[in-house]
Amino acid sequence: MKNRINHLFETKKENILSVYFTAGFPELNSTVEIIQQLEKNGVDLIEIGIPFSDPTADGPTIQRSSEIALKNGMNLNLLFEQLQHIRKSVNIPLILMGYFNPVYQFGITRFCEKCAEIGIDGTILPDLPLDEFEQEYKPVFQQNNLHIILLITPQTSEKRIRQIDEAGTGFIYMVSSSSTTGAGKKVEDFQRSYFERIKNSNLKNPQLIGFGISDKETFENACKYASGAIIGSAFVKSFQPEYSIEKSVSDFVKGIIFAH
Amino acid sequence: MRKLKINKEEYQIFGIKKLPSSVFSLPTFLNMKYQVNEKGYYGEFGGAWIPEMMYTNIDELKCRYLEIIESEEFKKEFDLLLRDYVGRPSPLYFAGRLSEHYGTNIYLKREDLNHTGSHKLNNTIGQILLAQKLGKTRIIAETGAGQHGVATATVCALKGLECIVYMGALDVSRQEPNVKKMKMLGAMVVPVHSGNKTLKDATNEAMRDWINNPEDTHYIIGSVVGPHPYPDMVARFQSVISTEMKIQLKEQTGSEFPTRILACVGGGSNAAGAFYHFLDDEQVELIGVEAAGKGIETGETAATLAVGTPGVLHASKTMLMQNADGQITEPYSISAGLDYPGIGPLHAHLHKTGRAKFLSATDEVVLQSVLLLTQKEGIIPALESAHALAALEKIAMKPEDVNVINLSGSGSKDMETYLDYFGY
Repeated sequence: MKNRINHLFETKKENILSVYFTAGFPELNSTVEIIQQLEKNGVDLIEIGIPFSDPTADGPTIQRSSEIALKNGMNLNLLFEQLQHIRKSVNIPLILMGYFNPVYQFGITRFCEKCAEIGIDGTILPDLPLDEFEQEYKPVFQQNNLHIILLITPQTSEKRIRQIDEAGTGFIYMVSSSSTTGAGKKVEDFQRSYFERIKNSNLKNPQLIGFGISDKETFENACKYASGAIIGSAFVKSFQPEYSIEKSVSDFVKGIIFAH
Repeated sequence: MRKLKINKEEYQIFGIKKLPSSVFSLPTFLNMKYQVNEKGYYGEFGGAWIPEMMYTNIDELKCRYLEIIESEEFKKEFDLLLRDYVGRPSPLYFAGRLSEHYGTNIYLKREDLNHTGSHKLNNTIGQILLAQKLGKTRIIAETGAGQHGVATATVCALKGLECIVYMGALDVSRQEPNVKKMKMLGAMVVPVHSGNKTLKDATNEAMRDWINNPEDTHYIIGSVVGPHPYPDMVARFQSVISTEMKIQLKEQTGSEFPTRILACVGGGSNAAGAFYHFLDDEQVELIGVEAAGKGIETGETAATLAVGTPGVLHASKTMLMQNADGQITEPYSISAGLDYPGIGPLHAHLHKTGRAKFLSATDEVVLQSVLLLTQKEGIIPALESAHALAALEKIAMKPEDVNVINLSGSGSKDMETYLDYFGY
């Protein structure tokens, strides 16, 4: 069947909202409900984070959610078990995002096959570098119709952006500014010239902007320069123990795409 | 490989404390078996498993480090600072009473006598000069025992550069004198409260800092770990240890080749420096000693090669202490400098190929070795270095053997631990 990420970008050209959460947070078994509620509230794309003990590209919020998720007992085997029947209840494109080592220990081939079996559409493995991916792993991702989404940053050279666009599939993850996740930089800090440069460079893949997107204002600003944007830390932070997952998700998503 | 030139004239120069030609007149390695390849791998270990946010910095380093450190200008500055600032060459000392005790010949390479009390300064001198050539104005570092932090703060004071040192909160409390030294040297010490609050967590935080400051900052990694080119670069800066050893051994024993070299291994920078010029001399036995902590079977250990499996941490594919899910497990050692759940990819390769042997020593045995050296030779070693001494208990040595211990650091930073334990 057609990859759901492709279908999304073919049918929706702007204001795509992608939301990241850490699997196993706030509760071990929150995963499926969070996915269902995100879809129900109109989110377009979901990134399910695989927690890792040493998330070097993440700021304090995702460090903390990862730590709690691991304490709760989350691991990749369990995550796949939780997601086993996910396609019976949702149709939204799903991405697994995580650091390389847990996936490597699980087995790359086994991981890709499992993703295909469940109906995962893509992966983001930030510390799997482009050259390692191309030399070692590309075929197995392709065989399983699994997109590998690659990142670019304001420092990425023109030449390398072309290489990344060539090798990556699904979309390009544009890191808004040089930072770890959840850095809380303001809209004004965004590098408009970088955004415009990318927007005008006719890349093969559509782009979503992530890192530092935390509210309606930053989301809408980012949407001017790309097909949409990704929210992670702000969503993870929004879970409050006194509210149900249903209420947490609904309040948060409405604050981004429906308010005013 | 081209052998290091050893001749009488050089000894004379050496005698008046001048370094042999240049420490960077490195042999051209025809045998690449133990050298890093162009992709940054030692066999199956190494590479640069970095997120894209670090690519530009790492790529710049990778493209420029050799050209810079092999330039005449750099070599001159580096050699001069090693001689007049670090105090090199460090002596190779024949430890007579310790030799008698073990019934063999034991030489100590006295890295503890370097300025700041350990081998760490060899690397930070090299990297601060490199950072200047790259036009960087802000320096960050991670530290465990604080030795690398002090060595980094020292070179930043020397060059007038801003210095931020990340240190696990637990290490901040157990290595207080070094924390104070860093502050006095003008560095900002940032305690890291994530994870086990030790070296691994400090490294995570330093990497995050670099991601957040991609333009003006150089990250001085303290060991032969991290993404390529760090393991190779740090090993080259530390290789001055084995350059000197060869000359000193020839002078003192008549042969540049000892029977064996022993060095402690956490990330493995002092061992890399001590082994470097002997890697292709297969007749020289190389022994790395890891920190067993309370014992490798107890789980409270930092002996990565004894209990680890291959994986990716801190941007390098190497041997790691991890669980079946690929989560890094927390190491334990009494020695903050060896309390790391990984090991440099060079050592993972030397282990895999069998070129070096790796042993481990428990806290208990290490402390006894501290006391033995102290009372036999009047030298109080660092906890880290005492791991190499502890291996003498385990290995079979013949009376005619020449054993070189790389005494990587001084015990002055560990006095509190020693006084507590021995009850003086």
